[in-house]
Formats: sequence, structure tokens, C-alpha cells
Amino acid sequence: MIYALCFTLILVGLYGITCKKNLIKIILGFIILDYGINLFLILIGFRKDGIAPILDKSMDINTFAATSVDPLPQALVLTSIVIGLAVTALMVALATRIYERYGSFDVTKINKLKG
Amino acid sequence: MKLSEAKSASGGSKEKNGMSEIVKTVCNWIAGFIFLFGCYITAYGHLTPGGGFAGGVILAASFILIVLSFGKDKISPLLPRKRAEMIEAAGGLIFIFSVSTAIYAGASFCGNFIFKKWSCANFKLLSAGFIPLLNIAIALKVMAGLFLVFFVLSITRVILEGEKLKMVKEE
Amino acid sequence: MTEYIIFTFLVFMILAAVAALESKDLLSSIISIGAVGFMLSVVFLYLKAPDIAIVQVVVEILTLIILIRVTISRDIRTIEDTRNFMPFAKNVILLFVLAVLAARAIGLLPEVGVNLSKVAQYYLLRGFEETGAANIVSAVILDYRAYDTLGEATILFTAILGAVVILRRKAKE
Repeated sequence: MIYALCFTLILVGLYGITCKKNLIKIILGFIILDYGINLFLILIGFRKDGIAPILDKSMDINTFAATSVDPLPQALVLTSIVIGLAVTALMVALATRIYERYGSFDVTKINKLKG
Repeated sequence: MKLSEAKSASGGSKEKNGMSEIVKTVCNWIAGFIFLFGCYITAYGHLTPGGGFAGGVILAASFILIVLSFGKDKISPLLPRKRAEMIEAAGGLIFIFSVSTAIYAGASFCGNFIFKKWSCANFKLLSAGFIPLLNIAIALKVMAGLFLVFFVLSITRVILEGEKLKMVKEE
Repeated sequence: MTEYIIFTFLVFMILAAVAALESKDLLSSIISIGAVGFMLSVVFLYLKAPDIAIVQVVVEILTLIILIRVTISRDIRTIEDTRNFMPFAKNVILLFVLAVLAARAIGLLPEVGVNLSKVAQYYLLRGFEETGAANIVSAVILDYRAYDTLGEATILFTAILGAVVILRRKAKE
């Protein structure tokens, strides 16, 4: 059931990218899509009643390995969030250039292919 | 004419650059603490939650706080644009060199050669081989990169010049 | 108990995301995106991922700052923004087909929190002896998979280089 809600969030992001005319709303759609995908990756590595994958001095290593959550999806998502920020900054820079050239943020008016 | 010149010489810059006095005073104190917190999260990244990426974004946030509250004139003696580009490149080069040195030192590519040769006591600051060194390299790269992007975005304005829009950069 | 809390937060996140996309005022859209990001960070804490929660909060704040910088200073607060009927209907039909296929795929996934991958057992049992790091996520990204972190550093460098080059002043003619 939680997977269905996570996938609904991804679908809301895709709706924002395809069905909107304002360039800023398209960028917001990309951001929501990014959140949904990171959440899905961390949900795969979850274990019921688990603990965080950080070892303590007083912990036995076999009980730690039996109750900890999966560290591998967390390693993937950690870099993915920072890359998402850099790509958002790149999209915003492109939007600034488009506004300077065409004068509006409306994608149906950005249609001059030459010049 | 004389009154406006006197105003702009003494107090006009206070209103043109940055925010009000209360915000400037608070941000002056807080930015140092945020910087220290970012260094702590980076340095203890192999023992507590955090690491290079979390420390790097927190350090970038402390510099962005100064740019937002004071304007870009206060950050120019400390971290101008050329220096930020050099710090980002330096972080990447430290990462690549320490990962490639592993081949010459006996382990495989990207192997933890410092841990295999000179291992230290557990749960201490210097205990995990070259993981703290890579954490510092990643934190430098992320901090300089995100600060550079924000700086370039904040000095670019689109103004109305004559009939057309034009993008200018205020240096 | 944890699952009910995560369920509630996800429902609020979907409502805030739809409000962000449908609102006519750009400032309230950006504030709704901020709300989605903060709720996501709390969900990460409940899913026992503290590194990710720290990074998500700070990245969320920086995203808000960049978005506000590009929109508010242009005075384009309200704009009409849904496409005309035909492209809108085509996109909605495609999204509906995607939703039906996804529902079938989600039915084949295991339940939340039951199965764990086999390589995770190796990393958790042998991670501390072989690397000496108590934070197993740091040991994974900087010792077992340091090559992937090198690739990530390259992507970050390229994206930032692209953003800086796009905003360069035009050369004099």
C-alpha cells in the first residue's frame, strides 16, 4: 500500500512535467519526481523494527547484522539527492536564459527555431 | 543634490546591499557556528551519521547565508569566484590522487591501503584508513560547487533595456 | 505503528504536491514544495536513514532559495498554465496507462520490510573489520564502492560547469 502511494507521488511529478505550460511548474514537476524516486529506493531497503546502520561500541555484531536496515540503497540515494540539486540549478539557469531571449515562461510561445 | 550624495556616501550602502540591521547582526554570529557544525559532520563522518556530502552542503549553506544577508561585497575578500573554482578542482584532484595511489601501495584500485598498513584503534578519529581524507575531499568539492552555482545565479539579472530584455552580470 | 505514520505523511505529501502544481500564485507553489521536502525528511527519519535526512533538509532549503531567486524578482507571480484540451487529454491517457501497468508491477513486489538483499549481510557483518568505520553507509560509499563516488563527483562537476557556462555574458561581436 505504501508502494502505491509512493508511485502516486511519481505520477504527480510526471503530470507536472507533461501537462503544464509554465516553465517553473515543469521544474517543480522534476523536483517532485526526484523526491518520489529517492523515497522508493529507501523504502526497498527498509526492515521492520530495524535500527540505523551505525555501529555502537556496546553492540554485538551478529545482532547488529540481524536487525539493521539495508545500507546499500542509502548509499545510492545520498549521492542522488546532491546531484538532484545541481541539476535543478542547471534547469533554473536555462530558464533564466529563455526568459531573456523570449520574454515569458510560456512553453507554447517558445517556438522560434531560427535566429 | 548634496543631501543625496551625503546619504549615499554614508548610509545609502546600508540600504542598498543586504537586509536590515537585526538580520545582519544575527547572521554574523550564526554563520560561524554553522561553519563549525559542517566541519564536525565532515570530520566524524566515519563514526556518526553524516560524511562528506552532508558536511559539504552544510558548509555551502553557511556561505550562502552570508551572501543573502550582507550582499556579495562581504564575501569577495574571503571567497571570490576564482578561489571557489580552484577549491572545487582541488577537492576533485585530492580524491583522484588518493584513489590512484592505492595501486602503487599494494592494494587494488580504490583499496583502503592506509588501513591495511597502519591501522589504528577502533572508534577514534583517525581509525578508518583513508575514509576521513576522502570525506574532506568530497566536502571541499560539494561546498565550492554549490556556492559557485548560487553565486553565479545571484549576480545575474534580467533587466529591461530600451525595448528588449537583456541579461547583465553585476560584478 | 511506524507504517501508519509513514502512510499519513505520504498522503499529506501527495496533497501538497498537487497543491503546488495547481496553484495560480507562484509563491505559494514554491512554499508547498518546501512543505513536501520537509515531510520527506521526517519520513526518512522514520525509515531509519539519518544521513539522508540531514542531506534532504539542507538541499531542500537551498532549492527553495534558488527557486525564489529566479521567480520573485521577475514579477511574474500569476500565469495561466494548463495546456489546451487535446495535448492535455493525450497526456492524461498516457499517464493512466502507466498507472495501470504500475499497479500490476507493484502487486508483484514483496511487502515493505520483509526481505533484505544478500550483499547487505556481507557488508553489515564484515564492514567494521575490513574498513574500521563504524558508519556502514560511509564504508560502503568510500571503501567498497569508491569508484561510484568518483563517478558522482564527475557528474556534479559537469552539472555545475554547465550552469556556469550557460550564464556567461555573450562575447563582444
